[in-house]
Amino acid sequence: MNDSSDVRDEEFIRLDGVEKVFDVRRRTGFLRREKHQVRAVDSISFRVARGEMVGYIGPNGAGKSTTIKMLTGILTPSGGRLRVAGIDPSRERTRLAQRIGVVFGQRTTLWWDLPLIDSYRLMHRMYRIPDARYRANLDRCIELLDMSELLEVPVRQLSLGQRMRGDIAAALLHDPDVLYLDEPTIGLDVVSKAKVREFLRELNAERGTTVLLTTHDLTDIEQLCRRVMVIDHGRLMYDGALSGLHEVGESERTLVVDLERELPPIDLGPSARVVRVEGPRQWLAFPASESAAPLVARVAADYPLVDLSVREPDIEAVIANMYASGGDLLQPQAGNS
Amino acid sequence: MGQGRLYAAVAVSGFRRHATYRVATAAGVFTNTVFGFVLAYTYIALWDERPGLGGYDQAQALTYVWLCQGLHATVAAMGRGMEVELIGRIRTGDIAVDLYRPADLQTWWLAGDVGRAVFHLLGRGFVPMAFGALLFDLAVPSDPLTWLAFLVAVALGVVVSFAIRYLVALSAFWLMDGAGAAQMSALAGIFFSGLLLPLNVFPGALGEIARALPWSALLQMPADVFLGERTGVGLLETYAFQGAWAVALLAAGRLVQSAATRRVVVQGG
Ligand SMILES: Nc1ncnc2c1ncn2[C@@H]1O[C@H](COP(=O)(O)OP(=O)(O)OP(=O)(O)O)[C@@H](O)[C@H]1O
Ligand SMILES: [Mg+2]
Repeated sequence: MNDSSDVRDEEFIRLDGVEKVFDVRRRTGFLRREKHQVRAVDSISFRVARGEMVGYIGPNGAGKSTTIKMLTGILTPSGGRLRVAGIDPSRERTRLAQRIGVVFGQRTTLWWDLPLIDSYRLMHRMYRIPDARYRANLDRCIELLDMSELLEVPVRQLSLGQRMRGDIAAALLHDPDVLYLDEPTIGLDVVSKAKVREFLRELNAERGTTVLLTTHDLTDIEQLCRRVMVIDHGRLMYDGALSGLHEVGESERTLVVDLERELPPIDLGPSARVVRVEGPRQWLAFPASESAAPLVARVAADYPLVDLSVREPDIEAVIANMYASGGDLLQPQAGNS
Repeated sequence: MGQGRLYAAVAVSGFRRHATYRVATAAGVFTNTVFGFVLAYTYIALWDERPGLGGYDQAQALTYVWLCQGLHATVAAMGRGMEVELIGRIRTGDIAVDLYRPADLQTWWLAGDVGRAVFHLLGRGFVPMAFGALLFDLAVPSDPLTWLAFLVAVALGVVVSFAIRYLVALSAFWLMDGAGAAQMSALAGIFFSGLLLPLNVFPGALGEIARALPWSALLQMPADVFLGERTGVGLLETYAFQGAWAVALLAAGRLVQSAATRRVVVQGG
């Protein structure tokens, strides 16, 4: 498991103008078919450093799973250059397999008819994991993911959350350098989600495992990833800190004002607008990049103010706004991050 | 070879997976036994009419019936083995999971199928055969070497059967209707393996062709070895025929596999 000679840690995963075009045949009439192309991934470039934990988000059909499939080597890019740990995934899929762990939330790597532990025994042989390391890794997963009761249960009898934990453990027995997670918390309850997140955080902190995480649950990203990449229509729309999304996403903060009595909507000119009125309480939206202080001063001066608070923009709302605008808000990122 | 242990483990798990389906096994044994009776009486009528048909006497013909009933699940003459599962995995995109593993796809599925075959030999082989021997006069070999030769022929038959079904399953990468291909291959298997009638009795060109097709390696050849029709050079020729088909079909499977995985389109998100 030696590192390939020429991989720099800061570009452990490296994509340069990667594309994936699917040929799709569509029926257009009786026996008539029309061929057209779907650009699932359209010239994406980014780097991920060793030990980083990066969120990869975007609306349905954005191209996230397609990217991950190319990163595992099971799909060949239609264009561009792709390297993971110095390896070209689709050319050396088997060699890469030793270095990566993969969890596709909607699929399972486990054998349906067999007890969970039997799947792990097969992994043990398949990845040629030294016995001591296999035991240590398995014990660790059993403890942290709370699986001791599950080992003898046939996989088809596991609940979704139990199976997902089983799958995550299966992806880590061979100590991969990189872990791809495609919607690992899909369908899990709050407790299971918390458990999985805690486990991933520890894995990343202690082992330095590089993690690329796809999810529709932004809490996953908020709790785990300092860096996030947003993809839409196969193009990378944002790559940077999660907090930075607020600025580019035209997000707004909200000033919640409690007045003495019911009044017509507060008028502060173009700097803020009332988005909601409920009795004596009013909600004012203003750009997240502006200071709240002048607004507060003006409200306090002109209106009978009882109480007020400022709400930070909700990341969900920011992203929703971004998806809805179809990326018009953002310029696609240039090649490097 | 370190991977040898992996594929041994895969074979064991294939065995264990099928061992969990007890009701299906019992139902299979029951069906085979019933079919054995139907075919046995048909054959008796046939061989009364035409003694020595296909070069078999009546005892041999009856042995053939019960042997095939005990053996056809092992060599998956009627399909319904790994190909159904593999087609399903290709159709749903679960094949993605198999592809990013550091294991060879074909060897992996072969190992699992060998495990299945061993289970079916033990779980579904003996009962119909014992029933037949109890109620009819069968020509069961007394020489243990014949039994050994027979088992080798069965093993080769299993590999040929796998190689055919693997090719059929891979077609699902291109045809979205892999199930149709599997059904056609199962039909061909039922007819050309000799499950319904020994291929020896087929006349003329049809017989020549049927005996040259790979399916004859599944039941007809192991049965002929069992019945003592193939000994000495004849036995070696039988093995050579089975081995040649096994090698050719496995090689074709590898070729198709690499084409499929190179330009594969893995379905689903
Ligand atoms: N096998 C395929 N054949 C044709 N088009 C495909 C195929 N797989 C994906 N696509 C198309 O590529 C685009 C990206 O799909 P992808 O599965 O990568 O999206 P995603 O970002 O993972 O979405 P989701 O959040 O819904 O999982 C979609 O428009 C999809 O229809
Ligand atoms: Mg997806």
